[in-house]
Amino acid sequence: MQVVPLEYYLLLSGILFSIGSIGVLTRRNMIIIFMSIEMMLNSVNLTLVAFSAFLGNPSGQIFVFFVMTVAAAEAAVGLAILLALFRSKKTIYVDEVNMLKW
Amino acid sequence: MNEILWLLLIFGIKAIIIISFVMLCAAAFVYLERKISAVIQNRIGPNRVGPFGLLQPFADVLKLFLKEDIVPKNANRFYHSLAPIITLGVAFSVFAIIPFASYLKIGDRVIHMGIAPNINIGFLFVLAMTSVGVYGITLAGWSSNNKYSLLGGLRSAAQMISYELAMGLAVISILLMSQDLTLTGIVEAQKGLKWNIFLQPLAFIIFLTSSFAETNRSPFDLPEAEPELVGGYNTEYSGMKFGMFFLAEYANMAAASAIISLLFLGGWNFPFIYEWLGFANGSVELVLVQLLVFLAKMLFMVFFFIWTRWSIPRFRYDQLMNLGWKILLPLGLLNILVTGIILMYI
Amino acid sequence: MNLVDIVFYFFAVIIVASAAVVVLSKNIMYSAFSLLFTFFGVAGIYVLLNADFIAVTQLMIYIGGILVLIIFGVMLTTKITGLEMKTGITGKAQYAIGGLSTLVLGGTLIYVFNSTSWFKSPSVPTTSTVEAIGASLLTNYLLPFEAASVLLLLAMIGAALIARRK
Repeated sequence: MQVVPLEYYLLLSGILFSIGSIGVLTRRNMIIIFMSIEMMLNSVNLTLVAFSAFLGNPSGQIFVFFVMTVAAAEAAVGLAILLALFRSKKTIYVDEVNMLKW
Repeated sequence: MNEILWLLLIFGIKAIIIISFVMLCAAAFVYLERKISAVIQNRIGPNRVGPFGLLQPFADVLKLFLKEDIVPKNANRFYHSLAPIITLGVAFSVFAIIPFASYLKIGDRVIHMGIAPNINIGFLFVLAMTSVGVYGITLAGWSSNNKYSLLGGLRSAAQMISYELAMGLAVISILLMSQDLTLTGIVEAQKGLKWNIFLQPLAFIIFLTSSFAETNRSPFDLPEAEPELVGGYNTEYSGMKFGMFFLAEYANMAAASAIISLLFLGGWNFPFIYEWLGFANGSVELVLVQLLVFLAKMLFMVFFFIWTRWSIPRFRYDQLMNLGWKILLPLGLLNILVTGIILMYI
Repeated sequence: MNLVDIVFYFFAVIIVASAAVVVLSKNIMYSAFSLLFTFFGVAGIYVLLNADFIAVTQLMIYIGGILVLIIFGVMLTTKITGLEMKTGITGKAQYAIGGLSTLVLGGTLIYVFNSTSWFKSPSVPTTSTVEAIGASLLTNYLLPFEAASVLLLLAMIGAALIARRK
């Protein structure tokens, strides 16, 4: 039943990664940058799952599992930092956070 | 290719039957809720439309269809319409993996009594769907552009993700007992009187409490607490969109009752009657009896949901959060530990 | 057109379109809710690749966990004045540089993906992988599994500590 070739999945994941990278490079809002990073992680996961399916080996899916764990940890800590930053500086625009010490 | 078409046809027919069954259930539960609350409050309840007011829910739906659909001027039209669809869709999709009876054998073709009760991920699908269900309500709250809606939506998101954890932990101990992820396997493991409500009473209490919170039913109906939030997330909804939220609440209740009876009350298992009746495996009679047993258990759980709603006052928000995080979560972890130790030495 | 092809293109279009909305939208809530569709589409592609466990995990972790956290972050840090929650973009120069470097990066990626002749196993198993994943998590990958649990515990404590009001 596996009729869609591997290259199509890889192409899709490449496009998703590029869109995410545009977001990281051009947006000022920290939350949007954060979302773009999650998107890029998703595209990497997509690649891993595609390779795993075409190789007939579930190890790739276990890597995806660990990537998701790290993403969840990153989301929790990242948003906590974001809240702390917003409380002390009243902004979440990355270009306005330009001091090393407050 | 022919085989695939045949499979799709069977899935389609099953889906149509189950969706209409859920719709009918929701209508029946609305009627039950009004009648039972009337009995509890010493009133008469609906008795004008049809015999004993039995046609009241259909009259209600007809009324909702004829009402004007009002979208607030500053609301986001697309998301405002999407929210009730997500909520109702999630409520229905849970029924995709619920087995209503074991299986029917026609010739040498085995027909399972459910859309896909044997998929390997089994119960994880239910957890995934409840986590998608959060968005219907959050979206409704945000897109209405109303502070009461927004507060209701945020409350429900916080409440649902908090109680999802306790719910998942309670289910893990059930999975340890049955050593199977599929719902059919969990039911088969409770044959006779080995129901999980007797073997895992703590998990049952945790799961029951969390499913009250997940379905936004009283005493945890804070997202739509009338005295403080007007109508909560559905303040700005009218006509059939409101009807969809209303229907989804009862469909969710039906799903929760079905899952509780599958996980804890032994599904279609009942002591003695199958030995006494002695029907063959896969025969029509056996399936019908199993269906009746399962529906009776489901109806009992629905009655319990309604009974609780009209007997217990609403929790305060901090009490709700404390109960979820400080009591149910540690109890769930403890339950897994104890179950694991006992299973290791048995 | 095969049935699988149609499903693949359907999810691919959902993913790319909603990802573009996430990155380009001026309203932060549009971005957040579009991300829901991106995650959902990726989960659909996982199902197409016979990775049902990963698909459900995607729904539970990304949609049920991370995105809810993001939406809470938006609600807590943006002044909610009606539906408009504007967010700015950087200047034109950054836009040009960002676009250019993305073009180079994406072009390289896609070129490498297309030009390499990937090894493909002749017999692709179409059965579910839930059991295989469970077995290898508790045998071959036991140490990373435990390390991940410690990481999650640390993240939980850290997040609670940082976000606490002093």
